[in-house]
Amino acid sequence: MSSVKLRELAHSRTGDKGDTSNISVIAFRAEDFPRLVEQLTVERVAAHFAQLLNPNAGAVRRYELPNVQALNFVLPGILKGGVTRSLALDAHGKALGAALLDIEIDS
Amino acid sequence: MKSLRIGAGAGYSGDRIEPAVELADKGELDYLVFECLAERTIALAQQARLADPEAGFDPLLSERMRRVLPFVARGREAGQRRLRVISNMGAANPLSAAREVRRIAAELGLAGLVVAAVTGDDVLAQLAPEQLLDNGATVGSLGERLISANAYLGAEGIVAALKADADVVITGRVADPSLFLAPQLFEFGWAQDDWTRLGRGTLIGHLLECAGQITGGYFADPGVKDVPDLARLGFPLAEVDAEGRAVISKVAGSGGRIDTATCTEQMIYEVHDPEAYLTPDVTADFSAVSFSVIAANQVRADGAGGRARPQTLKVSVGYLDGWIGEGQISYGGPGALARAQLARDVVLERLKLTGVVCDEVRADLMGVDSLHGAELGSRPSGEPWEVRLRVAGRCADKAQAVRIGNEVETLYTNGPYGGGGATKGVRQVVAVASLLLPRDAVTPQVHLEDAS
Repeated sequence: MSSVKLRELAHSRTGDKGDTSNISVIAFRAEDFPRLVEQLTVERVAAHFAQLLNPNAGAVRRYELPNVQALNFVLPGILKGGVTRSLALDAHGKALGAALLDIEIDS
Repeated sequence: MKSLRIGAGAGYSGDRIEPAVELADKGELDYLVFECLAERTIALAQQARLADPEAGFDPLLSERMRRVLPFVARGREAGQRRLRVISNMGAANPLSAAREVRRIAAELGLAGLVVAAVTGDDVLAQLAPEQLLDNGATVGSLGERLISANAYLGAEGIVAALKADADVVITGRVADPSLFLAPQLFEFGWAQDDWTRLGRGTLIGHLLECAGQITGGYFADPGVKDVPDLARLGFPLAEVDAEGRAVISKVAGSGGRIDTATCTEQMIYEVHDPEAYLTPDVTADFSAVSFSVIAANQVRADGAGGRARPQTLKVSVGYLDGWIGEGQISYGGPGALARAQLARDVVLERLKLTGVVCDEVRADLMGVDSLHGAELGSRPSGEPWEVRLRVAGRCADKAQAVRIGNEVETLYTNGPYGGGGATKGVRQVVAVASLLLPRDAVTPQVHLEDAS
């Protein structure tokens, strides 16, 4: 089975609120949305960011927005205290979405 | 009124000014809204106000007003479309900001502009020591480190100021979309519990509130998502009808792009549950929104809904949280990565050996693992030609924080071969936590004074 990088199928933007990051994944083409729903599970995304997530914060959540062929992932605790006190270079986590686009999606 | 044209003049405090001027001049706008408050902006502004009672508003307020007030004055002439300005640039001091707007209007010779300030968001005096913050601490435990507490107000105070015929409305903390909802509520006379229309109006506010982020800003990815003329990015405007239906567009000839992709990215930006986007005005529902392109760079937004507003208001609490010290240094050429790794080990060991007291330390290799960690950041092929070490630590004591940057700098003569471009710094941490207050504990007030 062949696979492609998520970046070829979808685009993404990351937002921050306090300690929590949200990452949208928006299919370029409507016909690709079902396989994103199927393959881009909460478990898969949580595993992708395992090293960055705080196990004591809440679980990763996923919301579906079929009208705009998009998924929204909410990742509590990934911002290590939030933009105001995090020691991270990218304290907003603005670059997280770009990292998610590296995931492989089967055709 | 058949429809209303609302433009976004800023998406954050330091945003570009000339796209706002372009909108004021050529957008045929009824309202120009500047959203300029990030989570901790008010806490920082409150510190400025403590040092100077007249300070504490947005540093670009004066320049922005100097550039757009002439268009507000033009709109008051016979036969011209009236333009009004709404902004949260008042930050920690809306009254002083309003005085500054009047001063600039006078300086420009613009008589008769009505400038209103909306206050009531500052709830610092109302907090009780036992109140619990979302980070688990109590308000009382912050002691003298507590700087500010500001409730997110809704559209109500701005609507009252518009009813009083204000040309310019300056607020402190108001929920971002409420800045845009207010003129819709005022012009269309929607009831305060018309949740569907309030939800639609809130969607429009949310789409506009980050200005260039819906017109192709923060979007370009060459070869995948190209954006024309990014250096001359236009800011967005919405043409809204009395049902809350809207078309997002920008001034013809400006740079950027508006299509379903840019609109979708912005709609989900900083949203958690799309069925429940909480604002002081409404619980907006974006889950069934759809976008359709009706012409080049013109997108219609449909399908937003709403339910009853929350009974509590979110309050952002700013407090001092120690100091962050930081140092950086670069290594280049063959073996750069190994030398940067050695430098990292040396600094971390030195911080221990010399007893630097920190709550938390972090050491990253920029270009390797600073954004996404060692695992996600690791790539099997190719070693980087240059690597920059960055060590940062948060300490309760400033003198301790200073030592972090110093340790990095001493790598010049004491560390691995060939380190260059060392920098160091220390800054005070103004952290933000939040709590909820019952909404009837907070009352917006409008302050009017004629500039003439």
